[in-house]
Amino acid sequence: MLRITDLSVSYGAISALDGISFAIEQGAIVTLIGGNGAGKTTTLRTISGLLRPKAGRIEFLGEDITKLRPHQIVARGLCHVPEGRMIFSNLTVDENLAMGAYLQSDDELIARNRDYVFSIFPRLKERIRQMAGTLSGGEQQMLAIGRALMGNPKFLMLDEPSLGIAPRLISTIFEKIVEINQQHGITILLVEQNANLALEVSRTAYVLETGHIVMQGESKQLRTDPQLKATYLGG
Amino acid sequence: MPPKPHLALLAALLFAFGVQHFSDQFNPYYLDVLTGIGINVILAVSLNLVNGYTGQFSLGHAGFMSVGAYLSAAVTLYFAPRWFGEDGGTAWQEGGLFLMALLAGGLSAAFAGLLVGVPSLRLKGDYLALVTLGFGEIIRVTFQNVESLGGALGLNGIPPYTTIFWVLAFVAITIFVVTCLVNSTYGRGFLATRDDEIASEAVGLNTTRYKIVAFVIGAFFAGIAGGLYGHFKLTITPTGFDFTKSIEIVVMVILGGMGNTLGVILAAILLTLLPEVLRPVAEYRMVLYSFLLIVLMLARPQGLFNFKFGKSKA
Repeated sequence: MLRITDLSVSYGAISALDGISFAIEQGAIVTLIGGNGAGKTTTLRTISGLLRPKAGRIEFLGEDITKLRPHQIVARGLCHVPEGRMIFSNLTVDENLAMGAYLQSDDELIARNRDYVFSIFPRLKERIRQMAGTLSGGEQQMLAIGRALMGNPKFLMLDEPSLGIAPRLISTIFEKIVEINQQHGITILLVEQNANLALEVSRTAYVLETGHIVMQGESKQLRTDPQLKATYLGG
Repeated sequence: MPPKPHLALLAALLFAFGVQHFSDQFNPYYLDVLTGIGINVILAVSLNLVNGYTGQFSLGHAGFMSVGAYLSAAVTLYFAPRWFGEDGGTAWQEGGLFLMALLAGGLSAAFAGLLVGVPSLRLKGDYLALVTLGFGEIIRVTFQNVESLGGALGLNGIPPYTTIFWVLAFVAITIFVVTCLVNSTYGRGFLATRDDEIASEAVGLNTTRYKIVAFVIGAFFAGIAGGLYGHFKLTITPTGFDFTKSIEIVVMVILGGMGNTLGVILAAILLTLLPEVLRPVAEYRMVLYSFLLIVLMLARPQGLFNFKFGKSKA
């Protein structure tokens, strides 16, 4: 569904990604793990068109999207939930969701997606008229995911959904991520620092280190890998 | 937003007409002050669309105002003597010409906004502020050096077409357009662009286009305000549109509370009245004015009239 070939990205003279390649099949949950500065967020931002690659190719559903602008990429069904819960804090919950459906013109589909978002995150429905900036961290993350779902995605990229969220809510959010994948067949690329959790929910995983993919394989096997255990899973 | 914006606009236009009808009975000094207030309200509300709602810091509003002022003045100076001769036309004829001149001024300012906006809106924050400041000055210096537009002496003998009706009518139209725009589904994109550009792009907004649209609409109304100003003062010089004028408008927007139309209107009224009220203290007037400004900013950094909960976190 998504194929990355020899992707390199740099910020000025500093190289952030150095020729990474991977492919994601339809219906999968794939995770990208690695420490700070490994290039995880850079990878997602480049796929969604927010950053321009120096070299390489990104294909989505067989089409080359490397040079497309972000809004054109969203229009093809590839949605990005940015890191740090970038919600529109001065808009209400409802308005945030409406912004997520910005490129959708089918009112019936929008209403259906909205109901779906409220069914997986009932908390959002309770706070529908509230300014998004006044929500708790976990609620903001739910809103960010809900907003992306309003764009009727085929492929969803989540950047650090567990960042700065109360532990109890983290497991709820991860359950919902699996639910979104299984019930709606939305393919998911998950970027996480919490490697344990990410490996638990995903099928395949890639480990990034300073702009290179250093390890890849089935999540189940990676969880028992001694080297990975020592580096990312806390022994 | 009032529940029926179209009706509110109609009521405001009728009100403007009414004020015009009875304008003979008012003290001309008050009418002049009211005209000044109206022009500043148009400038501040239109700049608020750019600086407040869309979050792009522009310091070039006076530049766009000058484009409108010069172009509309050129239109009336050219056509009025040819069409109406020595005696002037009827009120309707002159009104028609004035409307045409104002629209020409507004459109040319909008075009200037497009020319400035397309290359500069890739920049953010302080960089954008500096570039717009530079463009504003370029426009002003250009006028200063074009002989056919009077050079440094400016344009004189502009017909006195600005009446209280035109001013109030355009105040109403500006407020109507900006309010309806930011409350529409399309217009929510301005707020989204301000709140978070990356998130906006991630949901599929073309943020560059939003910024340019805000810039162009803002420039259009600045051009209208310039046209009203020129036909009110009857003489325009390039120095009247330097960057201190831009800063004056920015101060109104900040004092009113970024992205708060009602607050910005009140701030524009207050800041236009203040120098008038301070006239008795003569030479200390501007010192006191500046001092009061500092006090106001220290007391209410979130905007003088910003009472909405949760809006202060810009």
